[in-house]
Amino acid sequence: MRPGSGNRAQCFAVLAMLAAPALALGAYGDAVHPIPNMFAPVSPPAEAIRQLSFLVSAIAAGIFLTVSGILFWCVWRYRARPGDDREPPQVYGSNPIEWSWTIVPVLIVLVLFLATWRTIDEIQASEPPPDSLHVTIIGHQWWWEIHYPDLGVVTANELHLPVSTADARRPTYLTLESADVIHSFWVPQLAGKMDVVPNRTNRLWVEPQVTGTFLGQCAEYCGTQHARMLLRVIVHEPDDFERWAAAQRAPAASDPSVAEGRAIFQRTACVNCHSLDGTIADGRFGPDLTHLMSRTTIGAGAALNTPENLRAWIEDPNTFKPGVLMPAMKLDDEQIDKLTAFLVTLK
Amino acid sequence: MWTKVHEWAVTVDHKKLGVMYIASALGFFLIAGLEATLMRIQLAFPNNDFLPPTTFNRLFTMHGTTMVFLVGMPMFFGFANYLTPLMIGARDLAFPRLNAFGFWLFLFGGLLLYFSFLGGDGLYGAGTAPDVGWFAYSPLTGRAFSRGNSTDYWTLGILVSGLGSTATALNLATTIITMRCPGMTYGKMPLFVWLMLVNCILSLVILTPLTAAQVMLLFDRFLGAHFFDTQAGGSAVLWQHFFWFFGHPEVYVLILPAFAIASEVVPVFSRKPLFGYPFMVGATVMIGFISMSVWAHHMFVVGLSPAANTFFAASTMAIAVPTGIKIFNWLGTMWGGKIRFRMPMMWCTAFIFSFVIAGLTGVMLAIAAWDFQLSDSYFVVAHFHFVLIGGLLFNIFAAIYYWYPKVTGRMLDEKLGRLHFWIFVTGFYITFFTMHFPGLLGMPRRIYTYDAGRGWDTLNLICSLGVAVQAVGLLFFVWNLIRSYRKGEVAGDDPWDAWTLEWSTTSPPPEYNFERIPVVHSRRPLWDLKHPQDPDWKYE
Repeated sequence: MRPGSGNRAQCFAVLAMLAAPALALGAYGDAVHPIPNMFAPVSPPAEAIRQLSFLVSAIAAGIFLTVSGILFWCVWRYRARPGDDREPPQVYGSNPIEWSWTIVPVLIVLVLFLATWRTIDEIQASEPPPDSLHVTIIGHQWWWEIHYPDLGVVTANELHLPVSTADARRPTYLTLESADVIHSFWVPQLAGKMDVVPNRTNRLWVEPQVTGTFLGQCAEYCGTQHARMLLRVIVHEPDDFERWAAAQRAPAASDPSVAEGRAIFQRTACVNCHSLDGTIADGRFGPDLTHLMSRTTIGAGAALNTPENLRAWIEDPNTFKPGVLMPAMKLDDEQIDKLTAFLVTLK
Repeated sequence: MWTKVHEWAVTVDHKKLGVMYIASALGFFLIAGLEATLMRIQLAFPNNDFLPPTTFNRLFTMHGTTMVFLVGMPMFFGFANYLTPLMIGARDLAFPRLNAFGFWLFLFGGLLLYFSFLGGDGLYGAGTAPDVGWFAYSPLTGRAFSRGNSTDYWTLGILVSGLGSTATALNLATTIITMRCPGMTYGKMPLFVWLMLVNCILSLVILTPLTAAQVMLLFDRFLGAHFFDTQAGGSAVLWQHFFWFFGHPEVYVLILPAFAIASEVVPVFSRKPLFGYPFMVGATVMIGFISMSVWAHHMFVVGLSPAANTFFAASTMAIAVPTGIKIFNWLGTMWGGKIRFRMPMMWCTAFIFSFVIAGLTGVMLAIAAWDFQLSDSYFVVAHFHFVLIGGLLFNIFAAIYYWYPKVTGRMLDEKLGRLHFWIFVTGFYITFFTMHFPGLLGMPRRIYTYDAGRGWDTLNLICSLGVAVQAVGLLFFVWNLIRSYRKGEVAGDDPWDAWTLEWSTTSPPPEYNFERIPVVHSRRPLWDLKHPQDPDWKYE
């Protein structure tokens, strides 16, 4: 099933869920996968969950057909016929029957329990392998701060990962922390969700085996803009990933033609919340802007990152994201133009 | 007119209080349904701007809070209040004035909660209504993240009505334990009364930690304590343990009355005694016990250890066994009967079918590993609406059709009832069966909007259209309630040819319930009277 666009794709998605064909790995190419479908996994933890869900669904379907079949049979067979006023035989119960329909469910539950136990142990792996990639993700109201401690990269809202192949496995270990309230990191095609809890360090393991862009978002209610706390995961070929990391490590562009905008940026309260290498800005409250234009969206997925949108965002972020914690700075049009011109150089 | 109002305002009669509980619950139900409708309009289309995000968040918080605390609980207390003394042959509850006190606490707690809409920036921004979710997770409820008084409205409103619930639960449990008529041993109580007893004890046990947690939250907010203040080293997870230790048994408090109603209706309309009474009682007590050891299944994704997740997965799956026993016993009651499909039985049949689906999606959510995906998605929303609408509400409709003649002396209209049934059930399935799928496609709960092209658009539109169908069905129901009060067919004492004690007195019952306190010899006292040659007590 190839995710497309429009209603047909949705029908397919639902059908794929119900029929659940084997996923042809690598059939994706570098596409954006717009539907965060948990039945189209590209990573071992999500795949393990899918396998388990088929077992559970099969058992559930069997139980449903049996019980609803008995119910419909009772409704059809034992409905009162008109004019028949005699009471039916009064049956008070039967111990053998009772015990049988106690013990059979117990056995079914036992099977489900053992399968669950196995999968939990498989997913909640304890020790990361020594060569795995480490990423620290910090949830904020309402955006994701992303650190690569081993690579010296800091970014936001877009998690870039290398693809893992059979002969070169590249698992990634995510360390999840929160700066304020509880959030939850959820990219259905990579793994189950994991809450991001203040004063607590949670870990999550993913190993994407397909390149492309996968979508996720915060899954724990975290305040006004919980809905606009989106997340993109971009999976690269290994050398591609190295190139991306090198570009992120590079110092910020310093184009002399936009010095005025740069000055405005440094004069304004922007610097209290944002960081920007090579300026006085070193705030941790908002996303790092060093390579702002390398990201697809602004406002954690609130709008596409185009110069027009960026300008509107600076003028008043509430147009895209009502309730966002970034204030409108009350700059005049000319200042906003200059500031935007400076920001769009931050490739 | 004023004498009437006065009479109801000062009454300590369990029947009047029961009716007031049910009427208030229906009123709150319509309000919460309106809140849900507004939310579904907002979610019908991607990037819709029908509601601002703050309003949407307040609506889903109030919808959940209202449905749980101001609809579900009072419905249970209303039916328990009205029917328990009649079923056990008592003249009233053990503490009639405490009963009235409990009711007024509940009502004013609810009014206090709704008063919040009038604060702040007025109605369209939804005033200062609570916006932290009905689960009120810390630290979002802390002073740092929830300014103003919206969270305090939530805490105090629920605290006040929770005290009322505690009082009434204690009252009912005392009544059932001490005031049964001669001959009615525990083994001869109607199953309805058994379930109410388990439910009241459960309520007492779980409302205590909830109250404690809310007091702790108030300490945090007003006295500078740091129980849940993560900025000062408090714990975010502690609140979840407290809350869900209340919150999960709470959903059993909501669903057990539904089981109670089905256990009365199914035998009467199948014309057979309840199949496997001792097992039904045992299963009820089991559910009550196990329900207190499953709370952390709401926390599978908090990052607890694999051992904890495995344990809570096991206990949650275990609760499916006694629940399954109940379903099988209702089917066993229908098997070989002569089922009369009048309105109450229609609703109970729809309930059994829907509850099988609800139970199976519940088992899916109990599979902790799968829950890593499903938790906090729309799949969960679909699941518990199947439980609470397909389970509780369908049975409340059954109960209203079944006992309305007892309460008012008149029958509800069957034709309007069928319209209500088919339209509402259709709408319910359109909305909530469809709702499983956006969840499977990764749509999280509690989002006020979503982007187009994620595979959720059509599904959400279908869900929203179903709400309109449900609303039409409800209109027939409300019209039926109003119309039948004046024009319904006169019912008589025992319109359904039933077997429990409430049908042995007049409709509506007199102030003192029974002229003479009845004496019972079996679980079906009226069957014994109607069939003196073949009474039940020979077989029990």
